[in-house]
Amino acid sequence: MSNTILKINNLKVNYGGIEAVKGISFEVKEGEIVTLIGANGAGKSSTLRTIIGREKPSSGTIEFAGENIAGMDTTSIVKKGITLVPEGRKIFPDLTVEENLKIGAYMRKDNLSQDFERVYSLFPRLKERYWQAGGTLSGGEQQMLAVGRALMSKPKLIMMDEPSLGLAPIIVRGIFEIIEAVNKEGITVLLNEQNANMALKAADKAYVMETGRITMEGTGKELLENEQIKEAYLGKSKK
Amino acid sequence: MKKNKKAFNKGSLITLLIIAAVLVLTVVLENTINANSLLFTVIRKSAVYSLVAVSMNLLNGFTGLFSLGQAGFMLLGAYTYAILTIPSDTRESIYYLFQGSSFNFSFVDLFSSVFGQQGAGKTVSLISGVLLAIICAGIVAAVFAYLIGLPVLRLKSDYLAIATLGFAEILRAIFQWDKLGKVTNGANALRGYPTFADFNITNANGQIVFRLASFVPLLIAGICIFIIVLLINSSYGRAFKAVRDDEISAEAMGISLAKHKSLSFCISSFFAGVGGALFAMFASTVQAKTFTSAMTYEILLIVVIGGIGSVSGSCIASFLYIACSEWWLRFLDNTQYIGGKQVPLLRNGFRMVVFSVIIMIVVLFFRKGIMGDKELPDLFNRLLNRKKKVTVKEGTENE
Repeated sequence: MSNTILKINNLKVNYGGIEAVKGISFEVKEGEIVTLIGANGAGKSSTLRTIIGREKPSSGTIEFAGENIAGMDTTSIVKKGITLVPEGRKIFPDLTVEENLKIGAYMRKDNLSQDFERVYSLFPRLKERYWQAGGTLSGGEQQMLAVGRALMSKPKLIMMDEPSLGLAPIIVRGIFEIIEAVNKEGITVLLNEQNANMALKAADKAYVMETGRITMEGTGKELLENEQIKEAYLGKSKK
Repeated sequence: MKKNKKAFNKGSLITLLIIAAVLVLTVVLENTINANSLLFTVIRKSAVYSLVAVSMNLLNGFTGLFSLGQAGFMLLGAYTYAILTIPSDTRESIYYLFQGSSFNFSFVDLFSSVFGQQGAGKTVSLISGVLLAIICAGIVAAVFAYLIGLPVLRLKSDYLAIATLGFAEILRAIFQWDKLGKVTNGANALRGYPTFADFNITNANGQIVFRLASFVPLLIAGICIFIIVLLINSSYGRAFKAVRDDEISAEAMGISLAKHKSLSFCISSFFAGVGGALFAMFASTVQAKTFTSAMTYEILLIVVIGGIGSVSGSCIASFLYIACSEWWLRFLDNTQYIGGKQVPLLRNGFRMVVFSVIIMIVVLFFRKGIMGDKELPDLFNRLLNRKKKVTVKEGTENE
């Protein structure tokens, strides 16, 4: 059995009086792909933002590699080996591809050439365009860049917020191939997705969030075959 | 990859050559043509303004913090410089309204007591005293920036601009306050400190042998701008740009927003303070009432015209701006007669009308400023590459 790398216990998050996350608990094991699925406003993004330290939890613990990181500032959390690929990619449009990648390794002082090679071998497209401004890339390439940038910090856990948002179906398939490739490198992935079908196929473990609570959990396969999930998220019509 | 690097070096080389040529030309012109020509006023003032504009660009263009406190930091720098360099023996007469200064200390005096007051010793003590005072001016501005930044840098865009503008106005009022007269000389001017003219080399009789009064400000501003360029191209510069482009992503990469904003604000203010000290040397008197918000707007205008995010744009724009406002358009202010008839419109103040129209035209045709966010080396590289392509094409046609 592999170790638990991230353990969330009874986490609550408030935004100006509104409770976005109402006491959730889940865990992520090392080397897994874990996905949170759910509709808009279910509290998935708030959960990720709280793990990375952008929001402070009102109660509960977040244990990363055995240490409670709840309430720490983002910089120290990133230093510990968690990184976030934000919703909508959010690459730096005026920096070149190469500079974007260098920024990803901002916390590191050691030699980067190996990591450049690793990212470029994962995404040969980025190597072809290393001198181009990030903003001139296509949506799919920007997502590659965002993932590549996150890899540059040598994370143990990479969190992705809606990586398929606003991309064409064929590109989305590519994105999930990327996610699996990243996972094969030994990096744990925590994924937020609205595209439940793709996410569940890729995931080892999945949690369903509804209005701030986890309502269902299971392996990706189990949930794919669950009637309720099929109705609510996979578009199976009621008979 | 190698190819690109080579081309980069070529562009920078041309830029460096141009800068060197400007420096040499300034020295040559200064010593050959009439030294009272407005050209030299323009060179000195635009050197000072380009440094302040570049420092503002570092903040507004590269870190994305819209601050309007530049005049305030210049004021701090100018006063620090003046107070630290006015010779002790003239303080009594400058601070006569307040029965002398409470601060009887001058770097130049200090060094001349070490190196001597004659010949080479005098020059050494002048240079080291002035340089030390300039650095102190920058440090004072940076310290204030750090303190102001603690509460103010939490604000975003327009709100930050208003807060920093307010800070500059408050400073201006405080420096004119009677109670501080023993330090700031109240609303009266500080004078008698070393200016650019003191850098002209004189012979024993006090006659000027070799003029350097315009070369020195260019050199100091040039060195400071070079340091800023190095900073922008370092990993800190990249982090600043990341903060500007996207705060959420920057933070997810482990870049501390508060730390980098504060760092950028302090560095920018440091160089604004140095710019203030140079402005004091240029103007030869320091008075708080000259550092108005209008001065900040002038600098902002230079930054916008030159291109937000372009260092070379700021430098070019500051020369053009100062040259237009002080020199080239002067003739529009004088009433002139052609064949006994007065030319209509030409009268005092008309210059500013034409100037404003020119600025509007420039802004209309160069939406992103003269240089956009490109630098001179980029421009030369593009020209070189275009030429190469043309020659290659011609070559294939001949075959």
